[in-house]
Amino acid sequence: MGELATDKHVKYILSVEKRKDDFESVVMEHLRMNGAYWGLTALDLMGKLDAVDVDEVVSWVMSCQHDSGGFGGNVGHDPHILYTLSAVQVLALFDKMDLIDSDKVTNIVGLQNEDGSFSGDMWGEVDTRFSYIAICCLSILHRLDRISVEKAVKYIISCKNMDGGFGCTPGGESHSGQIFCCVGALALTGSLDLVDKDLLGWWLCERQVKSGGLNGRPEKLPDVCYSWWVLSSLIMIDRVHWISKEKLTKFILDCQDKEKGGISDRPDDAVDVFHTYFGVAGLSLLEYPGLKPIDPAYALPVDVVNRIFFKK
Amino acid sequence: MASGSSEVVEQEQERVMLRDRPEWSDVTPVPQDDGPCPVVPIKYSEEFAEVMDYFRAVFLADERSPRALSLTAEAIHFNAGNYTVWHFRRLLLESLKIDLHDELEFVQRIAADNSKNYQIWHHRRWVAEKLGPDARNAELQFTKKVLSVDAKHYHAWSHRQWVLQALGGWEDELDYCSELLEQDIFNNSAWNQRHFVITKSPLLGGLEAMRESEVLYTIKAINAYPENESSWRYLRGLYKDETTSWANDPQVSSICLKILSAKSNYFALSTLLDLICHGYQPNQDIRDAIEALKIPDLDTQDLDIARTICSILEKVDPIRVNYWTWRKSRLPHVA
Repeated sequence: MGELATDKHVKYILSVEKRKDDFESVVMEHLRMNGAYWGLTALDLMGKLDAVDVDEVVSWVMSCQHDSGGFGGNVGHDPHILYTLSAVQVLALFDKMDLIDSDKVTNIVGLQNEDGSFSGDMWGEVDTRFSYIAICCLSILHRLDRISVEKAVKYIISCKNMDGGFGCTPGGESHSGQIFCCVGALALTGSLDLVDKDLLGWWLCERQVKSGGLNGRPEKLPDVCYSWWVLSSLIMIDRVHWISKEKLTKFILDCQDKEKGGISDRPDDAVDVFHTYFGVAGLSLLEYPGLKPIDPAYALPVDVVNRIFFKK
Repeated sequence: MASGSSEVVEQEQERVMLRDRPEWSDVTPVPQDDGPCPVVPIKYSEEFAEVMDYFRAVFLADERSPRALSLTAEAIHFNAGNYTVWHFRRLLLESLKIDLHDELEFVQRIAADNSKNYQIWHHRRWVAEKLGPDARNAELQFTKKVLSVDAKHYHAWSHRQWVLQALGGWEDELDYCSELLEQDIFNNSAWNQRHFVITKSPLLGGLEAMRESEVLYTIKAINAYPENESSWRYLRGLYKDETTSWANDPQVSSICLKILSAKSNYFALSTLLDLICHGYQPNQDIRDAIEALKIPDLDTQDLDIARTICSILEKVDPIRVNYWTWRKSRLPHVA
């Protein structure tokens, strides 16, 4: 199966900078903040964050912030909590949290509805993804006291299904990405006792298919991104030993482009920054040698999380 | 009043750059500021770049005009994922008091190529919410159309559940689930929707009222395709927290026996294990069926049927061997 081509992946992430006119760059424009988080976190896990110019990245991130406190996906774009969390995470990676006006950001991120759910913006779209984003962001900013954690937890639990998993809203189909959001939010609020760990653990470990990869729902194809969503959830509920870690490691390594760098969704597909991050982060959760450990709930390197909470 | 929906189609035939259109001659485009040395820099196609330059200009000037609306249509046509453009479009629709039925058509056209995009669905819901019950049939038809191409489309299902709950239209939903399951019995989304309907429809009387007929339906489905994770989980879900009635329902143990008598089956074995763990006493037929499935090279002599089932599952499902070993370790010890 070969090894992780770390140097190639570092080169690939840095090279995204130099590419021109390709499809990925065009569709990425509006979510460049997410792209920055994926690329930079992957670099940090591989021990190569020093390959980028901190001041340039940080000044670009700050130029995406609005007066309201929220961040846009790029300069001049509207703020949304999807990009605000990525911006806060990127600043955390560089130990630049002091640039954030936490109270201002809290006003934007803590858009909690009466039922405990969260909206992504003033238009009011509701989704358990936003519950995770709000809780993760406020936790990093030490502002969880600004929302009703009790109501937030109650809403997430109302999205729990008969199979132990979670959907985007009450009654929504269980999906590994939504499960990560719900389990992550419950972990960050100390509410994991409300998860049916054995039932959910079994559903999650059923996601491993013969090739060793994980899928997001029954009868769907495996995809490297679920190496993050499923694996981090299994770790948070302490059931990761129920899957074959060796086979999953092999599946991720098989998705590498060993010549040009980068990781794809499935073997032999085209690589992108999104799957490169999820592949590297998945391998980090699998304790692959040479990678920094990543925190399964905050989705940040463990040393960064430690810096946020213990070196204040 | 321009709806913003017709222009895109017209311009597809022969698109004129904005700088060459007289109605835009008074606007100075604003280029994207990517900063000195961007991490994920972008090089746009010329046309797309121009549209965005003009968009920035009208956006910064907060120009609430029909031409701004048609410009958002062009920008969305190039990139349906741009949150800011959608956001501004909603402001324009409100300011210009556009007929939102036209907007539904616009969304439908954009969704044809970008149905996995969150923004489109969010926008569609915003429009439908404003139209109210009037939009019910259009929304049910729209999601049906998307699901006819991808029957597991997460956004479409989510939208459809919202429509049913907010605008109604439950009458045919159970039949629709059956129809989709007839096309693909392994479709977990359709099973999930079925559960949603029998538990939430105001017309059906709830889970308990539906249990008897649903158990029959599901057992038939399991019988036809025993290797189906979704139907087995649905069967368990029909009893929700009533674990005792589940463990004691002879229909459940019978289907396990029927499947296992024909062939070893992963889900029948695990269901049987769950039943026994919740107090079900296996009869001789079940014991015989399990005995027949024993793998000759099992190194341990299992003392009871639950342990035997775990041992079989450890062998037939090596990828999850640790799970089955854990299940075995939790079984009460037999003296």
